[in-house]
Amino acid sequence: MLDPYKVREDFPILKRKINNHNLIYFDNAATSQKPRQVIEAIEDFYTNHNANVHRAVHTLSQEASELYEGAHEEVAKFINAKNMAETIFVRGTTEATNLVAYAWGLRSLKRGDEVVLSLMEHHSNIVPWELLSKIIGFNVKYADVNADGTLNYEDFESKFSSKTKMACVGHVSNVNGVVNDVKHLVKVAHENGALILVDGAQSVPHLPVDVKDLDVDFLAFSGHKMLGPTGIGVLYGKEEILEKMEPFHGGGEMIKEVSFNPATGRCRITWNDLPWRFEAGTPDISGGVGLMEAVKYLKKIGMQNVKEHEEMLTEYTVKYMRECEKIKIYGPKDLSAKCGIIPFTVEDLSSHDVALFLDNCGIMIRSGLHCAQPLHQIFKLQSSARASFYIYNTREEIDRFMEVLKEITQI
Amino acid sequence: MVAIEDYVARIEGTCGEEKDVIVIFKYDKKDDAIAKILKKAKVEKSISGIIFELTFNGISFRIYANGKAIFRGVKNKDELNKTLANLLV
Repeated sequence: MLDPYKVREDFPILKRKINNHNLIYFDNAATSQKPRQVIEAIEDFYTNHNANVHRAVHTLSQEASELYEGAHEEVAKFINAKNMAETIFVRGTTEATNLVAYAWGLRSLKRGDEVVLSLMEHHSNIVPWELLSKIIGFNVKYADVNADGTLNYEDFESKFSSKTKMACVGHVSNVNGVVNDVKHLVKVAHENGALILVDGAQSVPHLPVDVKDLDVDFLAFSGHKMLGPTGIGVLYGKEEILEKMEPFHGGGEMIKEVSFNPATGRCRITWNDLPWRFEAGTPDISGGVGLMEAVKYLKKIGMQNVKEHEEMLTEYTVKYMRECEKIKIYGPKDLSAKCGIIPFTVEDLSSHDVALFLDNCGIMIRSGLHCAQPLHQIFKLQSSARASFYIYNTREEIDRFMEVLKEITQI
Repeated sequence: MVAIEDYVARIEGTCGEEKDVIVIFKYDKKDDAIAKILKKAKVEKSISGIIFELTFNGISFRIYANGKAIFRGVKNKDELNKTLANLLV
């Protein structure tokens, strides 16, 4: 079982006061706080091991390379990938989605093909495909969402045809925390001959995720939402699919050889092995080191414990909120398939007012559309407030949050 | 010469169809800014000394004691700057 009070000792920022109140951080779906282990690992890298990776014979470069490769291996084990060739380090989920769209989609999709998305997607899973469809001319189809914010599975299935080449869905909604049945969605995609890209930005930090068990073709996630630094994320891809793909960015690191042929006047280029083929230029080495430490930290706690802790906090909060007439929660009533993300509104108040009032009391939540405007259109909302939890949050923090929320409803 | 920039640290446009604008005052100038604004704008409502609901030249906005304000229905950046200048300068 997870002890949040022990965990909190590792997070220096949680000792901060905001507006003379103890900091309560409930904006974890946007980014998580960082434990001292991650901060110290980054500091140690720059203090003792900093050098560019690969193709140097000196000691520091070898140390940096070992750390950076070790980070890939650690991440691969964390999601149960076959090996580190399947884990490409990118800037975050957005870059991972763009990588698939451009490195796979640009060469594999043609006019008339179809890509299936859902209306509950984060904009980062919508915009790359809409952009690419303007270049290639394929169609983008959106699966519907039920009134309670869950995915309409029947509608999802109905969107597939012989023209469907790719499906892209979020594992967990960043707006309402709904956990989609990815195994089922993968089955549907594969039965229809399509690949599937899963946005794991809100699942990998909060649930046990096993890419072999889920059988996903691609999985994208961000380091900063799982205790790691900003600017580093991961694209998992099945090795056999990645091997067939052309690179996304060109430059150093991603090539084996660039040889000039005087006869043709051109350069002949051979690509590097996986995963480096998709990591052009000097990578974010310290980010990788920080992410490795974050993964080790989460593994030590155990992802099942992380999941259960957040479920407990969610249940506790929702029960409290339901007692308050002026607070409306969005999402399914059944909390069994839900992560620790709670979207809500307070009668007669904009979400920004709610967030500012809470901020005044040292409580950080998010307000707005959370980069998921289509889902807000379904809820008929101009914006919503969102509280989201992580391993260091406690029931006492929720008590204080609810105390302030009740004050807000008196306005 | 006093300028808006002497008081304002950041202006953030919120996402959402409401198009609220959040003005964040400089920490060391926030009390001064709030005092100036309270003198010029009409206080419609004061809530626990934390939030002030105000109107000024037909624009409604809220100021929070921690130095942040939400302006509603401001047409554009020029209108916001003009309003802030009238309130602060």
